[in-house]
Amino acid sequence: MVSGKSSIKLNIEGLKISYGDHVALKGASLEVRENEIFGIIGPAGAGKTSFLRAINRMDEMTPGMKVEGKLEFNGKDVSEWRNLYALRSRIGVVFPLPVGLPMSIYENVAFAAKLRGVKGRDDLDEVVERCLTRAALWDEVKDRLDSLGSLLSGGQQQRLTIARALSQEPELLLLDEFSIAVDPVTTMRIEEVLKTLRKEMTIVLVTNLVQQARRLADRTALFLAGEVVEVGKTKKLFSGEAQDQRTTDYIEGRFG
Amino acid sequence: MADQPSRNRLEDKLDAAWVWDRVAKYAIFLGGISAIVFVLAIFLFIAREGLGFALFDLDVGYFFSSPNWRPTAEPEPQFGALALIAGTASVTGLAMLVAVPFALGSAIYIGEFATGKTRETLKVLVELLAATPSVVWGFIGLTILNPLIIEVFDVPVGLTVLNAGVILGLMAAPIMATIAEDALKAVPDTYREAAEAMGATRWQVIRQVVLPSAKNGLVAAVLLGVGRGFGETMAVLMASGHSVNLPTSPFDSVRALTATIASELGETAQGSDHYRVLFTLGILLFLVTFVINLLADVLVRRGDKKQA
Repeated sequence: MVSGKSSIKLNIEGLKISYGDHVALKGASLEVRENEIFGIIGPAGAGKTSFLRAINRMDEMTPGMKVEGKLEFNGKDVSEWRNLYALRSRIGVVFPLPVGLPMSIYENVAFAAKLRGVKGRDDLDEVVERCLTRAALWDEVKDRLDSLGSLLSGGQQQRLTIARALSQEPELLLLDEFSIAVDPVTTMRIEEVLKTLRKEMTIVLVTNLVQQARRLADRTALFLAGEVVEVGKTKKLFSGEAQDQRTTDYIEGRFG
Repeated sequence: MADQPSRNRLEDKLDAAWVWDRVAKYAIFLGGISAIVFVLAIFLFIAREGLGFALFDLDVGYFFSSPNWRPTAEPEPQFGALALIAGTASVTGLAMLVAVPFALGSAIYIGEFATGKTRETLKVLVELLAATPSVVWGFIGLTILNPLIIEVFDVPVGLTVLNAGVILGLMAAPIMATIAEDALKAVPDTYREAAEAMGATRWQVIRQVVLPSAKNGLVAAVLLGVGRGFGETMAVLMASGHSVNLPTSPFDSVRALTATIASELGETAQGSDHYRVLFTLGILLFLVTFVINLLADVLVRRGDKKQA
């Protein structure tokens, strides 16, 4: 566990993602280390979301989406997992637009735990309270856990989906522009939560907000039109020491 | 806007677009209420012929409790509809046992598993099946299922509750499947994706997320199938044996309400008691199907509201 190898959570080499003739990602290579927040920035159409979808093999739900190349999770290629569902339960995903499943708040958060086989009401209660608390939602919903999750406000629903992702007890948390439908105050609260989560899991944060990557990410990658332009320490990239001129330009808002 | 005389649209004038809007509005309104007018007209017609008889001349207690349907008996005809009601109910009940598993199964397969060409082909086939004329189904009951039942179960008659129920079930299944599939399609894909991303299997997603959120639409599909079965005439007439009988087993012949009206109305003198009691049966059918459709409609609406 302490060897250099085990500290690499995702090892990606020559990852190519295409939809028919359209190539969304042209051979990306990068690694994500254990317990870091790895930021991915880049304009729309850069291949960020396709990249996230490939990690937990969501491509199998998307007709026409094709993934090639090496994509290792804990040193084993994701395509070699025979039980896809086991792979997915170790990876939490938060989508851009919050999806409150059409069940009660309680059931939303207990869903993954139940899939995992947690049965007792006390155990489930514990999971629900712990995850909602960590997602900074518990105080707002503790008196109405039985009401529909889809009736919450946008920001609350997004925190609900984060609580749901946490209830999987994932090793890897993938966040895809989570703050798109969330107000700035809630965004800041979620960002505080993410900082504390770093101790327990690895986080890949895809974001449109360059400053969000700056605030949170240990290392950041710039995706541009299907290409990984640069991967580096966030501090470095943001202090003008980027290797590639395009990185500096993007970070400083000169295009994109 | 007086300083912009060239922009006619902005002046307070009833121009051509305004007039057309009015014309279209009333034309659409007429089209819309015509459906209501027709339904009301049908109900008034049936009521005019049958309601007076039902209220004043018919022994309603006897009508609902006696299996003796002897409308032409001399000197005293007997109008007991219990056997007919039981006939329709038993055939429809069995039909639902046949249709619901088939319909839900094919709806789930088409909606959740099949993709691309398979899916499109299946949808067209199911819709084609739904459009098969009922007399064709009756013919199948008469010529294929009838000898089959006689041979397999070693019974003297094959035109029975079993035969009519199976035929009616196969008839109702494609319609139910089409509506059920619409209900499944109305469940947003984001639900499926979110649940699958958490590691739920396809079956867990369907069982725990898709079916519960499509529940109202599915119930409506089943109810519309029941309504279809209740009102079906020709296939039931041909496959049920058409003999007045309180069924005690699936191998009894029965007679349905609809088939009774269809087969007897032509032989009655207009205005006679027999003629009017057939319209009373019509009122009964009308009320039952109306209630079933209303129930289905209410359920669908409630489902829509919940998802909004």
